[in-house]
Amino acid sequence: MPSTLLMDDANRSHANSSNQAIIFEDVRLEFADKAVLDNVSFSLPRGQTKAIFGATGSGKSTILKLTLGLFKPDAGRILVMGEDVTAMSENDLFELRRKIGIVFQESALFDSLTVRDNVAYRLVEEGKIGDEEIDRRVHEALSFVELEHTVDMFPSELSGGMRRRVGIARAIITKPEVLLYDSPTGGLDPVTSTTIIELLVKQRDVFGTSSLLVTHRLQDAFIMATHRFDRDTGHMQPLPTGSKSHVPMSFLILREGKVIFDGDAIELVKTDNPYIRRFLA
Amino acid sequence: MADGDFLGGVELISPVEFAKGKIQAVQDYALLSVQSVTNLFKKPLYIADFIQQADSIGVGSLTITVLTGLSVGGALALNSASTLGRFGALSLIAQLVSIGMVREIGPVFTGLMVAGRNASGMASEIGSMRVTEQIDAMRALGTDPMKKLVTPRVAATVFMLFFLTILADLLGLVGGSIVARVMYGLDWHQYWTTSWQILAYSDVLMGLIKPLLFGFIIATIGCYYGLTAQGGTQGVGRATTQAVVASGILILVVDFFLTRLLMTMLGYR
Ligand SMILES: Nc1ncnc2c1ncn2[C@@H]1O[C@H](COP(=O)(O)OP(=O)(O)OP(=O)(O)O)[C@@H](O)[C@H]1O
Ligand SMILES: [Mg+2]
Repeated sequence: MPSTLLMDDANRSHANSSNQAIIFEDVRLEFADKAVLDNVSFSLPRGQTKAIFGATGSGKSTILKLTLGLFKPDAGRILVMGEDVTAMSENDLFELRRKIGIVFQESALFDSLTVRDNVAYRLVEEGKIGDEEIDRRVHEALSFVELEHTVDMFPSELSGGMRRRVGIARAIITKPEVLLYDSPTGGLDPVTSTTIIELLVKQRDVFGTSSLLVTHRLQDAFIMATHRFDRDTGHMQPLPTGSKSHVPMSFLILREGKVIFDGDAIELVKTDNPYIRRFLA
Repeated sequence: MADGDFLGGVELISPVEFAKGKIQAVQDYALLSVQSVTNLFKKPLYIADFIQQADSIGVGSLTITVLTGLSVGGALALNSASTLGRFGALSLIAQLVSIGMVREIGPVFTGLMVAGRNASGMASEIGSMRVTEQIDAMRALGTDPMKKLVTPRVAATVFMLFFLTILADLLGLVGGSIVARVMYGLDWHQYWTTSWQILAYSDVLMGLIKPLLFGFIIATIGCYYGLTAQGGTQGVGRATTQAVVASGILILVVDFFLTRLLMTMLGYR
């Protein structure tokens, strides 16, 4: 598949910043004099998915919010699609954010709007397409997460897992180039989790979306590293053994605001850092 | 961190930090106020949100405005009557009620009532959106909350408070006339003619400028406290209370200075 080849290229040329979707350079952030992120540096090549792990409170959600420019770091630079979000005005950021989708940890659906209006929010705001086309796109996005029947419901009528999936539909409806998922499988049953992971694999392999995936579940990221979306069956398939490096997937592990691991699945399995080994166990 | 532990978790803030925080807050509020107006001239304009807010503020406040107008007008007439009666000048009730209502009582009472109802409503609604990350979600989806939430609320409150105040003024006169007629047997027709005749152009102007400013205060304060709410549902509750208190006080203080200013400008002696 040509897209996979491209991604391999991207993997090799880390230095070239135009191939990078997201770059963090020595980012430091303090809340009330406490360092939440301490010299965090990493880069996400275009088309790749990077899973971010870390204990609760280690700064994972904060990284996603910084990427969107929702707040500014105290030091360091953050480049998204080649643009420095730390130096941009809120007005310019609105433009850039249109290319980025985010799934919030607690969904953050608009509780005064129906599921349809939540999912359609971006399209309605952009105001470029008619109602009928919007309805079609909403239907498409909702069927992606298997929630077509909830169109007319309000977020308060949905379960936590359903809200999470509506959040995913809202994020992907405009087919953004970058997706940020904050714990999309948190607190979900294994079957639903697998459905969601399959969705992410599809986003990665079919649309070539670059993404950051915050998760507490290592197995989710390992499934992503060992599976590829098969267009023929419409499901993800395990890779034949020995070809792991072809999947554009990497791992980042945080500990108390510091990056303690950044690499692919093979490197992760080989690591001898005791903290990470405990994490893997 | 460890050094502070013996304080038992009590946070000590230096006076300088405290002052810095307050100055920052005033700055943020000023910025919000300016943006709420300049956004009116920038795309996109959220007309549907404006209409929805106008409906909830205007139509929603009708009952309290009617009740406020009638009872305050009536009470004003009662009070004037007891004083005027001593001087045998009962017939002056109409003038007192009319001028008092239009220049001062109508705008201030309507402002305070709407502040109680809507500054709190805005602070709690926007505050809950804030603590559940809906404001962040909005920004992440490419919408400016200043344009989408603040500007429509400010415009709608200014617009509706203007008409609510006119309504309250009229009902105040009605309340006064009922008291004058029923309790003091004054002539109905004469009451209304004098009420009308005593009102000068400048009285009406003063009474109509005030609600514009009060509406602006109510909405900007409500939105400000909502957008800066912090710390879960408790924080939303706190923001709501603060919004009502702050907008109420600000209306009264601004009223004093505005009255003085307008008196000078309109040539009162
Ligand atoms: N708005 C804020 N004000 C003050 N401190 C904050 C704020 N947001 C986050 N923090 C602090 O920053 C740290 C990192 O928070 P963050 O939400 O990024 O953690 P996380 O890794 O996503 O945790 P979890 O796995 O529980 O979601 C925490 O210690 C938290 O207390
Ligand atoms: Mg988090």
